[in-house]
Amino acid sequence: MEGAQMEDFRIEECENDNNTHEDSQMGESEQNNKHMEVAPALISVHPTRNSVAVSVGSDLRVFNLLEDCAVILVDEAGGASHSDSIRGIKYGANGKLFVSAGDDKLVKVWSTESWRCIATVCSEKRVSAVAISNDGLHVCFADKFGVVWVVDLPGVDETQAPLNKKAVPLLAHYCSIITSLEFSPDGHFIVSADRDFKIRVTVFPKKPLDGAHEVQSFCLGHTEFVSCLAFICTPDSPQGILVSGGGDSTVRMWDIISGSLLDTCAVGAKAQFESDTTEGNCSTVTDICTIPACTLIAVAIQSLRGIMLLSCDLSSRTLSVMKVVSIIGENFVPTSLGSSISGGLLWMVTGASKLRGSDVSSLSRVKVISGFEKSSPNASEQEPAVLVDSEIPGGAKLLEKLQGSISVDEKVFLAAADAVKTAMCNLLIKKQYSDEKREFRKRTRNDRKSKH
Amino acid sequence: MLQNKANPTISKSTGLPRKRFYRARAHSNPLSDSHFPVPLSPSHVDYSLHYPQLFPSSDCSDGSKKIEFADIGCGFGGLLISLSTLFPETLMIGMELRDKVTEYVKERILGLRLANPSQFQNVSVVRTNSMKYIPNYFEKGQLSKMFFLFPDPHFKEKNHRRRVISPHLLDEYAYVLKVGGIIYTITDVEELGEWMKSCLQNHPMFEPLSEMELDGDPVVKLLSTATEEGKKVARNGGQTFQAVYRRITLASQENS
Repeated sequence: MEGAQMEDFRIEECENDNNTHEDSQMGESEQNNKHMEVAPALISVHPTRNSVAVSVGSDLRVFNLLEDCAVILVDEAGGASHSDSIRGIKYGANGKLFVSAGDDKLVKVWSTESWRCIATVCSEKRVSAVAISNDGLHVCFADKFGVVWVVDLPGVDETQAPLNKKAVPLLAHYCSIITSLEFSPDGHFIVSADRDFKIRVTVFPKKPLDGAHEVQSFCLGHTEFVSCLAFICTPDSPQGILVSGGGDSTVRMWDIISGSLLDTCAVGAKAQFESDTTEGNCSTVTDICTIPACTLIAVAIQSLRGIMLLSCDLSSRTLSVMKVVSIIGENFVPTSLGSSISGGLLWMVTGASKLRGSDVSSLSRVKVISGFEKSSPNASEQEPAVLVDSEIPGGAKLLEKLQGSISVDEKVFLAAADAVKTAMCNLLIKKQYSDEKREFRKRTRNDRKSKH
Repeated sequence: MLQNKANPTISKSTGLPRKRFYRARAHSNPLSDSHFPVPLSPSHVDYSLHYPQLFPSSDCSDGSKKIEFADIGCGFGGLLISLSTLFPETLMIGMELRDKVTEYVKERILGLRLANPSQFQNVSVVRTNSMKYIPNYFEKGQLSKMFFLFPDPHFKEKNHRRRVISPHLLDEYAYVLKVGGIIYTITDVEELGEWMKSCLQNHPMFEPLSEMELDGDPVVKLLSTATEEGKKVARNGGQTFQAVYRRITLASQENS
């Protein structure tokens, strides 16, 4: 018989985003739901570790590791911060640009030297994923309708006034929320993953503004939504090896040229065994991060207090679980992972904004795992170890900036951590509406394009 | 399916289903709740389910013969039935969103197979949403023909994005069509006809067939005559608007 049972009502969610009438007529609890949609904290590391960025809610926090100081973001055109939850942050591979975007429908492009916002792009819908082309000439973002947009950026010119750019559609996943957007290491392909289990590999053309029409392959195999993508760089294939994580608790490895599934690693089962929580079924893969220079993949799993390390065997093209690095003494379940191309450290953040049932409105806690340097032939094998706060590059200053405070009160942390967990669960699972509510949403749906 | 002796849904004389028990609205919302199984990938499509005589067991598919024609929104199956005898060596499938209508086509094919041994073994139907799941059914360059006959016009501008032919969806159709494969579209709604033609014209991976090629293609005539919709339009003396395009390789782009 044919495969997984598909439920087609996913569309409703992305369809109904422009609902402005809804608020006044909804019950209070429902109204709370809409405005209190929790956003997980995200982390991104500069390719050569010049800086580290964390976003929590609408707040974007950057620490300059080169100069050992907090960064003050500058945006002449508008506010230097987003006005609603940030859903995607990323550094460009060449290290010159940084992009942030989210629920306020604004895509902001920043120079990583001056941390000035050099361009702002308006999106018609809320943004769910972002990516910068390796040469830094294009920024792509995906909206909640499944359309991936592209905008071109002329050479970064510090003296120019910030640009208000208009994006054009690049490609689309029909009515499916795109969860992740990544460029292949050689820049030839752009990969988009969606909540309908699909991964599409598209040739990134020389003139992206004309659209990316040539589909290279579809990587099909996940039996649940795909939540994250990452590339392993290997000298054999310039296009890299793609790894993906999803709601089916697996990490999968793909050949993007053919779309074939190379290997699958059922990380959920292993995580259940290792983690000390007895609650079932919270083993979605929430983020993956490849650690360059050692073909290791760090995996964040929904209920795991720590990360799972997978090792990738390039010759046999297989994945295997290497070990689980647990975080002791703190209820730390990472919501986002990051690493620099120079490797060596894995950065993690846990947190969320718009927390309910907690005194603080947002939480952000950063931790680092070290021990991934390529060991010299003589040295004994390095073991990955969680660094204590004082050992983290940037130390107390970095933590103060990225967390909002040097240390987080344990009670607060516990209450918030619980809220984070619920939030991640709710975020990843498709919203289901009662029949009444669905009819109401259908009636009041507004599909008109915004007038700018 | 309710069946009783007095009013059988399958006609006793012909063994074919009676349409009035399978009537459904012409319009179906491609975005609404639907629950139907979808293959995980093209290699998971069960050929023995669709073409039992040609693929007696699930294991027996040696991968050499694959579906080549897809009728998107096949309705009551008129086109497929005609194509089945015109191309007896080719595997073809209809995709339809409406449950009842899919059931009708299934029964029709079964009835025809019984009445005509060794014929109609190459045609089948599946209930699915082709706007979302085409890559699940077909590999890259698998299809040689795709049909979009009298698709839902979705008149309101806000619903235009639900149209089955659109610039974005053409990327996916180009993916499953082999180079040289042909996409056939026809409608009796002039505005939709212009829309589809313009989408195809503007897509870099499709080029129009010449008048000569259209005349030489036996399938083109079937577009307006083989289906219920087509016959209805002819009866009413209506005009049809067709756009038939060939899948080409993307022209290599010069470095700008």
